[in-house]
Amino acid sequence: MHKEWLARIIVIVLVATAIAIPIGAWWVRSQGNVIHARMAETGGWTPENLTTEVGQPLHLRLTSDDVMHSFAIGQSDQPAVDVIPGEMTEVTLTFDKPGKYTFYCTRWCSVNHWRMRGTIEVTGPETTAEAVEPPLYVTLGLDIDAEHHTEVIPEQMPSAVRGAKLGVNIPAEYQSHEYYLSNSPVELWKALREESSLSRHGDQDLWDLVALTWQSNTRPQDLTEGMQLFATNCAACHGEAGAGDGVFADDLDQPKTGEHAVMQAGEMTTLPTDFTDPDHMLAASPAHLQGKILRGGMGTGMPYWGPIFTEEQTWALVAYLWTFQFETED
Amino acid sequence: MNRLQEAAWEERVSQGSSEPIRSRRLTLPERIDLYRIPWIRPLLQSRWPQFLIRSLTLAGFVFTIAAGLFGSRVGSHNFAIIFVWIAWWTALKLVFIPLGGRSWCSVCPIALPGEWLQQGGILEKRHRRFGLNLRWPKRLRGSWLQSSGFLLIGLFSALTLTNARVTAWVLVGLFGMAIVLSLVFERRAFCSYICPIGGFTGIYAKTAPVEVRVIDTKICAAHSEKTCYQNCPWGLYPVALRDSSQCGLCMECLRSCPKDNIAVNLRPFGSDLGQARQSSRLDETFLALVMIGSALAFSAVFVGPWGILKSAAFAIGSPAWALYGLGFLALNLVVMPGSFALAVWMGQRWSGYKTQLRRAIANQSQVLLPLGLFAWIAFTISFALPKLNYVLSVVSDPFGWGWNLLGTANTTWSPDVSGFSPILQVALLLIGLLWSTSVAWRLAKVNNQSVFRQTLPILTFCLVFSLAMLWLLVG
Repeated sequence: MHKEWLARIIVIVLVATAIAIPIGAWWVRSQGNVIHARMAETGGWTPENLTTEVGQPLHLRLTSDDVMHSFAIGQSDQPAVDVIPGEMTEVTLTFDKPGKYTFYCTRWCSVNHWRMRGTIEVTGPETTAEAVEPPLYVTLGLDIDAEHHTEVIPEQMPSAVRGAKLGVNIPAEYQSHEYYLSNSPVELWKALREESSLSRHGDQDLWDLVALTWQSNTRPQDLTEGMQLFATNCAACHGEAGAGDGVFADDLDQPKTGEHAVMQAGEMTTLPTDFTDPDHMLAASPAHLQGKILRGGMGTGMPYWGPIFTEEQTWALVAYLWTFQFETED
Repeated sequence: MNRLQEAAWEERVSQGSSEPIRSRRLTLPERIDLYRIPWIRPLLQSRWPQFLIRSLTLAGFVFTIAAGLFGSRVGSHNFAIIFVWIAWWTALKLVFIPLGGRSWCSVCPIALPGEWLQQGGILEKRHRRFGLNLRWPKRLRGSWLQSSGFLLIGLFSALTLTNARVTAWVLVGLFGMAIVLSLVFERRAFCSYICPIGGFTGIYAKTAPVEVRVIDTKICAAHSEKTCYQNCPWGLYPVALRDSSQCGLCMECLRSCPKDNIAVNLRPFGSDLGQARQSSRLDETFLALVMIGSALAFSAVFVGPWGILKSAAFAIGSPAWALYGLGFLALNLVVMPGSFALAVWMGQRWSGYKTQLRRAIANQSQVLLPLGLFAWIAFTISFALPKLNYVLSVVSDPFGWGWNLLGTANTTWSPDVSGFSPILQVALLLIGLLWSTSVAWRLAKVNNQSVFRQTLPILTFCLVFSLAMLWLLVG
């Protein structure tokens, strides 16, 4: 009899221990600031909205529940850290300005990779409302969703080098940075075509001059930074060479049935833009491109990058995009 | 018919044909009775050692379920996936079954909670018992349900083997079924007729070097109480044991025998094989075929180089998966049984041996056992051994939450089997094939017919299977 009770107690104690360990561990773990990363299809970041105060260090422990992700904060110098399945990555963040920050994944984890975003709301003692200027495309009143085509396609890729060799003086009004930002290459080309002083030059010569003007508005460091940003954030869909053939391009073009319907989360998507196609690229102004980057392409699957890139970064990216259309010095 | 006569529910054999086997066993020099070894005897006699192991495995299974439900979704970082499908599976295939037959059944915790309720006590039967104590329906006897269960696992294998949540729910389901069945039916109905692991463990136990047998049948015949049968949780009568497939090695018969007439023998491998049997039951043949069919399918999905097959097996519910499922079922329900039956039929025809085909198929199923066992061992070596490092890492971090309890969480060392595993696998498949050949040979000799003609088609079947496994595992 005593033996039977001893046996029962042993079984109950052992089973209770086996249950208590995971429950206890679960409780201990829930006390820490753990953020779980999952592919956007299965939930993205959990939790996805964090709050903290200016100057208060925010300790985060990051882990992934599926594949490797990465944690980065938009418009910040905080370096991206990898978030690895079954491991904990610890980061400590301190914000010196109040506002709403976006954190996001920088690993191409799935076709909806860019949807892996969350926010950190940083509250401060005083809310020094900085005047936020609307982006240029808004000031200009550009309809960035309108169809745009180039009437005159250059016979060969416009070259800034050839343009410089022509030794032509481009009227100063077209050389200003403001002109560059708000006009498309084809608009400049048409304006130059109207110039009587340039009437003896052929159409291709004028395209080379357009390339030269664009180059003169671009700093080499912008191209370097733009290239890095493009490779990290854009090439997944638009392809390394800008031809709209990135690794996820095919998925974005899939019919929305079967397995892919889940992948797309019901979103309508289109094939990524091909930056090597002169027809629509040459008819777009830098302000237009920046608008697309900031706001995203409504109904196309193109993410909005406004909360992630700084203004300098968006202009650097725009500058880099033109290298798919114009030959530059090196 | 009283319950006792029916106890050995395998077909009864006439006194004349079974008597020589039994009397021979008494005098067999190659058997060592472990129960007579002084230091082993108390370990088997007392219920405590076995009970303690079972309570530990019970706690382990409960912990596994918790880890599966609450731990990381990343399979390689979840205790449930690694312990069930890498550690336990490997131990089962490489140690428990080949060396101990149903030895896992003797420490398996799945039946423990249900048995506690059914018997009113953990250590021994008591008066307050729960349950209806019904007899298992005759129609559902045999290993048909176990074969079906294993086929079901095969259909969803890719998901079960990689998803910790699913693995946990499968375990919960097994425990739940075991409890419900022990409350409705008598004895270990779940273990005998439902448990898919018990099914294949049972048939391969015939090859293993352990058996529980009566020493002198005359003593049993004179003993009117038959305490061994009364106490056997599996409902077996030790005198009637013709092979080890049903016996769960729980040792209750040893403990209850007042005459000390039961032995736990260490015996030569495959002692149960190569005997002509009067039975025409096809359930064990089917289970043996399902096991070798599944070995092929699992090797193709988990070790093979075909990405399409892998993704089809994973995409549960998709048309591709349905196609995979159809192929899997066709292999196991049509191709394997069909070609095996054809091989047996051809052997019968060529040798001119006249017997019922059904009986011949049942008899020849023994040939499939060494073949299947070694195919599974070979598969386990390429499937599980390279992943053994995960065992160390999940011990330190069972939930995949970034812990490092024992400092082994980031172990990357794993047995490097790439060098010798092809040689080992060829050797294992060869051993299986040769062993099966010798079983087929002995069977044909017992039948006293043209040995070559009778075995040739069946050995061709075995050879084709071995070559297919070789191609899948070694390439």
